[in-house]
Amino acid sequence: MSTTDFQRTLSPYDSAASGVRRWYFRLHIDPLLVILLTVVVIYGSVVLRSAVDGNEALFANQVQRLGLAYLALVVAAQIPPHLYLRLAPLFYLSGLIFLLLVLFAGVTVKGSQRWLDIPGVFRFQPSELMKLAVPMAVAWYLQRRSLPPSLKHTGICLVIIAVPSLLIGRQPDLGTSILVFGAGFAVLLLAGLSWRWVIGAVLAICATAPLLWQFVLEGYQRQRILTLFNPESDPLGAGWNIIQSTTAIGSGGLFGKGLFEGSQGYLDFLPEARTDFIVAVIGEELGFAGVAFLLTMYLLIIARGLWLAAQAGSTFVRLLAGAFVLTFFIYLFVNVAMVSGILPVVGVPLPLVSYGGTSAITLMAGFGVIMSVRTHKAW
Amino acid sequence: MAVELEIKDQNREVELFVGRATTLFVLVVLLLGVLMLRFLDLQFWEHDTYKSRSDKNRIQVQTLAPARGMIFDRDGKLLADNQNAASLALVADRLADVDGTLTLLVKLLELSSDQKAVLHKRLQSNRRPDAPLIVVESLTEAQVARLAVNRHQLSGVEVINRLVRFYPYGEVAAHAVGSVRRMTVDDMLAVDPVQYSATTFIGKRGVEAFYEGRLHGEVGYQKVESDAHGRVRRTLDVQSPSPGKDLRLHLDIELQKASAAALGERRGAIVAIDPRSGGVLALVSQPAYDPNVFVSGMTASDFSDLSTSAYVPLFNRAVNGQYAPGSTFKPIVGLAGIGAGVTTWDQAIEDRGAFQLSGQERVYRDWSWTKDDSGGQGMVDLRRAIYRSSNVYFYDLASRMAIEDLVGFAAEFGLGRNLVADIPSASVGLLPDPAWKQGFKDLPWYPGDSVNMGIGQGDLLVTPMQMALVASVIANRGGLKPPRMVADAGEGKDEGTNQVTAQTARQIGAEVLGSDDWEKMVRSMEDVVHRGNQGFRGNGTAWAYIGRDIDYRMAGKSGTAQVVEIRQGEEYEEEELSEFDRKHAWFIAFAPADKPTIALAVLVENGGGGSSVAAPVARAVVDAHMRLQRDREASSQSLEVARR
Repeated sequence: MSTTDFQRTLSPYDSAASGVRRWYFRLHIDPLLVILLTVVVIYGSVVLRSAVDGNEALFANQVQRLGLAYLALVVAAQIPPHLYLRLAPLFYLSGLIFLLLVLFAGVTVKGSQRWLDIPGVFRFQPSELMKLAVPMAVAWYLQRRSLPPSLKHTGICLVIIAVPSLLIGRQPDLGTSILVFGAGFAVLLLAGLSWRWVIGAVLAICATAPLLWQFVLEGYQRQRILTLFNPESDPLGAGWNIIQSTTAIGSGGLFGKGLFEGSQGYLDFLPEARTDFIVAVIGEELGFAGVAFLLTMYLLIIARGLWLAAQAGSTFVRLLAGAFVLTFFIYLFVNVAMVSGILPVVGVPLPLVSYGGTSAITLMAGFGVIMSVRTHKAW
Repeated sequence: MAVELEIKDQNREVELFVGRATTLFVLVVLLLGVLMLRFLDLQFWEHDTYKSRSDKNRIQVQTLAPARGMIFDRDGKLLADNQNAASLALVADRLADVDGTLTLLVKLLELSSDQKAVLHKRLQSNRRPDAPLIVVESLTEAQVARLAVNRHQLSGVEVINRLVRFYPYGEVAAHAVGSVRRMTVDDMLAVDPVQYSATTFIGKRGVEAFYEGRLHGEVGYQKVESDAHGRVRRTLDVQSPSPGKDLRLHLDIELQKASAAALGERRGAIVAIDPRSGGVLALVSQPAYDPNVFVSGMTASDFSDLSTSAYVPLFNRAVNGQYAPGSTFKPIVGLAGIGAGVTTWDQAIEDRGAFQLSGQERVYRDWSWTKDDSGGQGMVDLRRAIYRSSNVYFYDLASRMAIEDLVGFAAEFGLGRNLVADIPSASVGLLPDPAWKQGFKDLPWYPGDSVNMGIGQGDLLVTPMQMALVASVIANRGGLKPPRMVADAGEGKDEGTNQVTAQTARQIGAEVLGSDDWEKMVRSMEDVVHRGNQGFRGNGTAWAYIGRDIDYRMAGKSGTAQVVEIRQGEEYEEEELSEFDRKHAWFIAFAPADKPTIALAVLVENGGGGSSVAAPVARAVVDAHMRLQRDREASSQSLEVARR
């Protein structure tokens, strides 16, 4: 007897849907999660509207991309999870090939080789793809193993995670590299990786930190870490971003200077105000209240996401959905911690708020996958 | 057991997942809590710190330079103006890439290598990296336009519109008005740093320097909100600077121009004073310089040309040039002799062209002396000694006078002192006396020293300004009015008048000289110019050069000052001497003789004879003065008529 069959009969959806099958079930949409996401998207748009400082074209551009992101969500939600399972290896391998192509034939923007340009068609960042592909591949691998994973399977999973992470780190794009690694590692954690090993690995990393510092980190990365501890050492250079962002946040106070009233952003003191540092604009213009509201919304999204993941009928789907949710958290945590000066500066946007299309589309597609997990019949 | 791996216990895996998800969710909540604490720290506990930091970022207090007071001549003609200039300034703090920006600027503005060097030098000696530093004084419109087009590439580069000094008369009035210069670090230490915080130029010479306090004005402030690139977005609050006070000089720019023209290309100086007020009507020193180059900036080679020229154009000969007065000193000796009772107007001696102190070898010669001893002026009294400029008469007179009487009397005219009210830098010359000689040369005062002083030679040194004052005192029949440049003295005493000249107008030698003594001296000096057609050795020394066609009464005295000593028994041969060893030509004069309105001293450096060279210059100046006065009267009469 297949346990999946057993589960299907127990599925709460069927019983819930036995009466009225609502439109959003037919669309495979979770209304609560969509509402939460939309609240964040609208909130973010309002802040972005202030951050673009009258640049209507930029704002229109972002609205257009958000539309695309919603489309990605709906499309991803329609695809039944078993299709993801089947496509996972293909997805992962093609991602790897793209990454290699980037290394050899990528387009360099601002000193990093991240973009793949297919002339006349489009230009995209394969590393962005890996944020979805890596957790899929790990979940795909663990789907057929008994959990918690053995040392051997854990090792194989780590290889699956490490190869693209290192390739992305070479671009160099430390932010995305961390996110991709985090997404893959989240799968392992959810799969029941022994806490002892996790703690052991953390201790090992701490022990080898001086070696990492010396041989792995690039000069500029070391500088960023040093800057974190003492931004005043180079206030106009490396420390500028962090000094200006904490100044913006701190000057906002509890309730902020008011929308469109933030001097730090408006007067260009704040770098990357509409992209990576947009939370500083929120802190300055809407104060602690504005930040707390956003973080609360994020927390609710995470809670709902994890709950949905727990409802999934198969290991693959559970792990994948749970990992997406945790990746979403890593995104926002790294970004907010960096802007508020508790982590070194790495290029990670604030999910669903920062200006920029690729990350919004990837994230929304991820939430689409989570929703698809819930409303498609488990298998 | 091998198949156990393949059998998946779904329930256990669900439990495992839920457990893990719960644990990780708790971790998420904790980490979000850390973020919340961080934001509370920034936005609540440390809010005040960051608030003030943000305001400091955004709000800047800029100082606004006051407009410098303008300087006018007696008729209200503008001598020192302020003009708009677009200057290029750099804010060092905001230059992202110093070398790149400079390279781009040099390319855009097509700067010369000299200008480039200045730019680098200024950047290096920058005192405030957060404030705009002016590196190119004046930009052309084309340059401003090119900068505007490339503005996005030029963070930290600003075009500042400001007022800069402009001297419309350039070289002509340079030494009279003075000039401003870019402030140096030393200048900054000497002034109120607050008042001068926006000022880039300070009065360095002449009137500009002495009246700096009145001309400068008071600094203003504005609070501006500026962005990270240093560009002002809006002004929040302005406290306007108060402009400096204008100055009106006694100077008559038309007379100044005529004086400069009269001197022509020759080196020398002219100082003309209105004896009634002491006001300086003209002050010329040639060669001069264009004061505008100190404002608009000049190349290093221009500056070294100016400062190392053998003709020292930056040197103000009129107040700082010190020369032996030669025979122009004789009226003082004569009056001193009368005052000391050593001689009378009637007493005469015979001038055979040479003088010897009793018991001494040395022969003191008259200017008319020749090797064959045929010179000399015959019988001379004081009047004739003045208009014939008899050396022998004054050798004799000086040798018979107590040196203290001569020096004391000469000092009353302001020799050896600076009596100019508002030129503290004017030189004092040298009025030697026995104490000075003992101190400086470690030698006693010999009778021969008195003899030499009798004809204005020896160690005696005077400036053209001092001799103009001498002329003015005689014109006033002993009345001394300290010379001054500025007509409206101003109510405030803030500029601090020259301590040495705090004394006011007074009468010289009042106890020993009667008004007829002064009158006789004036007549004697009129003879210098007007006594003509009197045959051999009967004419005034200057008559042949300036006295034939003069239509007003002018009193004067020529002087020819030796620069190098002519050996005993040798004649002065101009051709044999190098340019700088030739005699200086002097002429002091005033007119009209009865009611003088102008007194002046003319010096032509290494020019030759006083009567032949300096007197015509003096005549030209006084002619111009008379013409200008007639014009002034005519126009005020026509104004009067129009008013009626």
